[in-house]
Amino acid sequence: MTALIFFIFAGIAVLCGVSLVVQTHPIASALSLIGVMGSLALLYLQLGGEFIAAAQLIVYAGAIMVLFVFVIMLLNAGAEGVSRQVSAMARYAGILLLASFLGLISFIIQAALPKTEGVVFGAFQGGTAEAIGRKLFTVYLLPFEVTSVLILIAILGAIVLARKEV
Amino acid sequence: MPASVPLSWYLILSAVLFGLGVAGFIYRRNIITVFMSIELMLNAVNLSFVTFSYGLKQVDGHIFSFFVMVVAAAEAAVGLAIILTVFKNRQTLMIDDVSSMKY
Repeated sequence: MTALIFFIFAGIAVLCGVSLVVQTHPIASALSLIGVMGSLALLYLQLGGEFIAAAQLIVYAGAIMVLFVFVIMLLNAGAEGVSRQVSAMARYAGILLLASFLGLISFIIQAALPKTEGVVFGAFQGGTAEAIGRKLFTVYLLPFEVTSVLILIAILGAIVLARKEV
Repeated sequence: MPASVPLSWYLILSAVLFGLGVAGFIYRRNIITVFMSIELMLNAVNLSFVTFSYGLKQVDGHIFSFFVMVVAAAEAAVGLAIILTVFKNRQTLMIDDVSSMKY
């Protein structure tokens, strides 16, 4: 059952990732990205990350993608025109190189990782909001505070960049 | 079909998604799609953080990916503001037409 869920959602994630790259219209790419994020949230849940799965859906698939779709609609972004001069040979060689690179990476990961038993749902219970909150506000307190300053700077920067010239 | 999958398959999925993100970053010409490819790469990295967190039975990886999410949100806000400004000045979203810093 665990394997079945992994294969289904890994398949959806890879298909949506490919769709993100090959679609010409930005809205289609944005919807594909939402598909990737949703299926990744399911995989996080399988790995025991309840809080991260919820945050993935709320923050990534909710807030950030709404921002993207909003900007696409606002700028009325259409499909990409005819691509610049890319020869067919370069395109196929690129796909081939990407595939062989990923195959090599997969081989290295398989070879380097110690043999572990399979992933079992519920084997890791430490990903609850309580556990994350405890660690976030004790061990990782300084990075957390620095992050708040970062967000403040980002808000100011976004306002300064997007306002009307005065 | 096996009853459960080894941990390394999650890492391979993460690598595949990261590779797709890199490919989209290089291949696409619409600046918004390029930006979405960056988000895809960040998501792939998050997946390997959560996977290692499961493998090591420690919660730190979840906190790292939480920070990655926060930084991605800030990056999206600033980046989309930059895209708006570029569109206001150039009336285009194609990165080939915004190349005055190239030469």
